[in-house]
Amino acid sequence: MSLFDKFQPIADIQAELQALGVMPFGAVTEKLLSPTEAIVDGHKVILAGTNNYLGLTFDPECLEAAKKAIDELGTGTTGSRMANGTFAGHVALEKELAEFFDRKHSIVFSTGYAATMGMGSTLAGPGDVIVLDADSHASIYDGVRLGGADVIRFRHNDPADLDKRLRRLGDRIDNTLIIVEGIYSMMGDQAPLAEIAAVKRKYGGLLLVDEAHSLGMLGDHGRGVAEAAGVEDDVDFVVGTFSKSLGAIGGYCVSNHDALNAIRFAIRSYIFTASPSPSVIASTRAALRLMQERPYLREQLWDNAQRLYDGLKALGLQVSPEVSPVVAVTIKERNQAIDWWNRLLQLGAYVNLVMPPASPTDNSLLRCSVSAAHSPEQIDRIIEAFATVKNAP
Amino acid sequence: MPDYNEYLERIFDVLKPFAKQGILLNEESELVTELGLTSLQVMELIEQLEDHFDMSIPLNILPDVRTVHDLALALEKLNP
Repeated sequence: MSLFDKFQPIADIQAELQALGVMPFGAVTEKLLSPTEAIVDGHKVILAGTNNYLGLTFDPECLEAAKKAIDELGTGTTGSRMANGTFAGHVALEKELAEFFDRKHSIVFSTGYAATMGMGSTLAGPGDVIVLDADSHASIYDGVRLGGADVIRFRHNDPADLDKRLRRLGDRIDNTLIIVEGIYSMMGDQAPLAEIAAVKRKYGGLLLVDEAHSLGMLGDHGRGVAEAAGVEDDVDFVVGTFSKSLGAIGGYCVSNHDALNAIRFAIRSYIFTASPSPSVIASTRAALRLMQERPYLREQLWDNAQRLYDGLKALGLQVSPEVSPVVAVTIKERNQAIDWWNRLLQLGAYVNLVMPPASPTDNSLLRCSVSAAHSPEQIDRIIEAFATVKNAP
Repeated sequence: MPDYNEYLERIFDVLKPFAKQGILLNEESELVTELGLTSLQVMELIEQLEDHFDMSIPLNILPDVRTVHDLALALEKLNP
């Protein structure tokens, strides 16, 4: 036995993929041609798996803001928010996020992972309870495991199951944090947040919602599923990321609880890491403003989502349960998924290959994400690539 | 409250559909290495046991659970 033995299953899969000449988990984007086109592993492709939901990564205003910040503030902060790493831009972004979400307080993190992991590990500790949706993201699972609270899962998107599990807690509900996501990253399905909030109101506890994949997509202001479901008052903490609809990297938490001011200085993933670079903060602030100024981006995004969803469904593929900017095609056989992924790439469509245990079931997924920046013609070309692969086994 | 043997009996019942064909279940059966349960199946097993016994089973017990015996013992401790 050695320390390395446990990695052998991963090495075996790598060797298998290498023998097939396919490297889906290390595909190299060699050149970006636009928010929706690139050269990946030598192939000119339409990007259909980048989470660039609003297509803002090359927006001139975001680029200009980032360039100006580099010129004026340098390439990095070289320190923690708690030491030298809080610049005026970080504070301004926190204020703007709080205003956007209509909440009293906000914290900016260096990544979305640091935000969800940090909040999950800090809010509930030993003796407390966390009840989370079974399909929660790895950053949530990592956080709650680190925090040491008792962790209980409820069945995915099943408010009745949540009800049952909260009932069993009895008095412990006062020390309970419920965690769900807005839109789930793998299948693109939305949480039934109105029903979940009703269960929370019935028993108590605090509710944290990860809106990483729903910011800018849902609700009158684009605040996510909580806004769309009309239950923002029931949500105690909203966390999310800048790396999807805002086209940068970083994370946030917003809340009306005054305790967030003290919690900030207990979150290890906030304290013991360097703060986001000035250019990242600058482009994020620009993107947050543009997202509010351009509600039509949301409409374009959903039009594209509907077009891709309908097109893939019409091919007879097993698609996600509901229309969403994330459209996942379920492929039962892993080798078929690998083969399809590779052929899609060669046909000019880059999608994400997801294999267990990253997928929520024992099946593999070809996960597509659409952007407001996709043209209808690009969406059609993605559908055509799937049709070609399906019809020529 | 159920005793160790009741937990054991129920775990055997719930495990049957999950376990690899032809493997005889006993107290020392190892859930992952011997019975071939995936991490997802272990979670489903826990959910089914929670519902059957109407109790909370935190995932925190899992690092100490290797065999069927370990699991029955952990449930007994949670619900003494």
